Amino acid sequence: MCTFAAKMQEEGRLTMGLDELPEDRWATVNDVTVPADPTDRGLVLRLLELGFVPGERVRVLREGKPGREPLAIRVGHTTFALRRHEAAFIRVIPAA
Amino acid sequence: MESPLPDKPLRIALLGNPNCGKTALFNLLTGSRQKVANYAGVTVERKEGVFRTMAGRQVSALDLPGAYSLNALSNDEAVTRDVITGHSQEALPDLLVCVADATNLRLHLRLVLEARRLGLPLVVALNKMDRARELGIHIDTSRLARELNLFVTETVSVHAHGADTLRELLDENLPGTGPSTWRASGIKQVIATQHDVLRIYQAVVSEPAIDKDPSDRIDRFLMHPVWGFAVLALVLFLTFMAVFSGGSLLSGIIEQGFGALSGLVEAHMDEGLLRGLVVEGIIGGVGGVIVFLPQILILFLFILALEASGYLPRAAFLLDRPMSAAGLSGRSFIPLLSSFACAIPGIMATRTISHWRDRLTTILIAPLMACSARIPVYTLLVAALFPDDAVSAALVMVGLYVLGIVAAMTVAWVIKRTDKDHARSPLMMELPAYQWPDLRSLLIGLWERAMIFLRRVGTIILALTIVMWALYTIPSPRTVDGAPVERSLAGELGHALHYVFAPIGFNEQISFALVPGMAAREVVVSALGTAYAMEGDEGDVDQQLRERITVEWSLATKLSLLLWMVFAPQCLSTFAVVKRETGSWKQMWIMGGYLFGLAYLASFITYQLTTLLTSP
Repeated sequence: MCTFAAKMQEEGRLTMGLDELPEDRWATVNDVTVPADPTDRGLVLRLLELGFVPGERVRVLREGKPGREPLAIRVGHTTFALRRHEAAFIRVIPAA
Repeated sequence: MESPLPDKPLRIALLGNPNCGKTALFNLLTGSRQKVANYAGVTVERKEGVFRTMAGRQVSALDLPGAYSLNALSNDEAVTRDVITGHSQEALPDLLVCVADATNLRLHLRLVLEARRLGLPLVVALNKMDRARELGIHIDTSRLARELNLFVTETVSVHAHGADTLRELLDENLPGTGPSTWRASGIKQVIATQHDVLRIYQAVVSEPAIDKDPSDRIDRFLMHPVWGFAVLALVLFLTFMAVFSGGSLLSGIIEQGFGALSGLVEAHMDEGLLRGLVVEGIIGGVGGVIVFLPQILILFLFILALEASGYLPRAAFLLDRPMSAAGLSGRSFIPLLSSFACAIPGIMATRTISHWRDRLTTILIAPLMACSARIPVYTLLVAALFPDDAVSAALVMVGLYVLGIVAAMTVAWVIKRTDKDHARSPLMMELPAYQWPDLRSLLIGLWERAMIFLRRVGTIILALTIVMWALYTIPSPRTVDGAPVERSLAGELGHALHYVFAPIGFNEQISFALVPGMAAREVVVSALGTAYAMEGDEGDVDQQLRERITVEWSLATKLSLLLWMVFAPQCLSTFAVVKRETGSWKQMWIMGGYLFGLAYLASFITYQLTTLLTSP
């Protein structure tokens, strides 16, 4: 069960992109990457407004097949479908 | 001089996140007293309606497009922002009603805080309060009002009296803090606002430790990579079954009604040109088109109900991956599904796609979805191909639908390949909690779509039918037995066009029928009927036409016309709506041009190949 957390520890990583979070595992938002590109900045701002703020618990409810695209992500009382490149801006710490 | 001030209606605007039940609340408040138009200069729907407060004061309400934030990402959100910040041609509303979903305050409270900064008089309507109680969510409304320093009222937009508290509140004197200039917030401010949201949320909302919302469990099944697709296939199958079986039942009734009407006119009018115009031209032509109304409405009933229930966004989630292979996103699913009823509401539904290239691609391929106007020609030709084999006929019918879809995906793929902008298209789509559709909103939605269709019938199609009738009648009134048709203007036109269409196997009658058919494909069958100059009511013409086509047309011609009907751009209204939605003549001609080219090419290859293979 904990191989995943162990692997991250091994690699010396604390956070990961939400796009890497396995299905059905809870995680806590740590921070968001703020990109330089204005379009991506607008996107990240929107993600924050939708509730992907530090401290919030998130979970990948379902992933599309093939290629884990898109992801259905639960945050608070809401579920959003995000493309992986959108989810990648959100850095999370997976629950142990 | 009378002072107009005391009777001046209160102008309010409804603001809220998508899926907060705002439009259902608007429908409850205004009922059928609403006007739908566009905002000046943009293709964003503007809904305005009137109602009275409890004390009887007149209120004029604007249903603003749903917005997650005033930091607009879509055209809809930009309009909402501009209206309430006073940057549009609309007058600034006297009062804002910010509608928030009580079952999802965590998300919706943020917009309330953002709207509060505008300084306009502001009332918060906590909607879906009944649902919140069912889920065990308790909201301390008076504490919320104190925390926000705003008036807060509870509403239930699906109950007949669910907005009475709001109508009472609107009689109060509701001051604002005075207008202030709006400035887009940056990342730091957004995070700070979210901290406020969380603090207020924790102070006023108590909810059960275990989430009672069944949406997650349903989602795990409906978005399952295997079961999800199985359910989707079943849902689509049932939808189209209902369209075909229920549609033909109701269409039969309408047909009989128009038949009776013709009989009535024939019994009370003297024989002559005018009677011919009324019976054959107007009643026959318009009646022949109105029979599709049930099919369109049944399909839209399913689409609207599935959308309101929250299922369609899940279907869009499932289809996102396959559609992204063609360069589209799941967001194109609902507009394309609507296009099976009619491309016009389908193209209008692309407004929810914020990414311009995705939206344009969806608009350009929407006419390839087999709209209901193609059904009669498909039915006629397929029956002529397989007079005694219902199974093959049904399979070919399905094949024609699939062909349209495959062609659409191929075109989308080509557009993606030729586009220099390789930016990844966004999805970011809310999958709202499941709920029962609101009956009132369903009926209003159906009514709107029925009016789009009937307006076309009353304008373009009526005009075409009359012109067509005139082309046949005026130069030489036709007699019952055949020949004089050749000498009419229509005959001449068909003869001339025949040279263009001969390489794809169309005879003079088809060539002529395609002239009005270019403007509205609904009239192709009645035009063919007229071209073969057959008398009698609807049913009889169909029967005779089918028999003559079965015998007189070669296999190659039948197949070629079928393919033509799949691809050809035969709808003036679609041209008009593409021009309006894209704001560009160029895009309109691109759509018309590629569809015409595709149709001619497909028919040419089919005709020549079939002729080659079937010739002895």
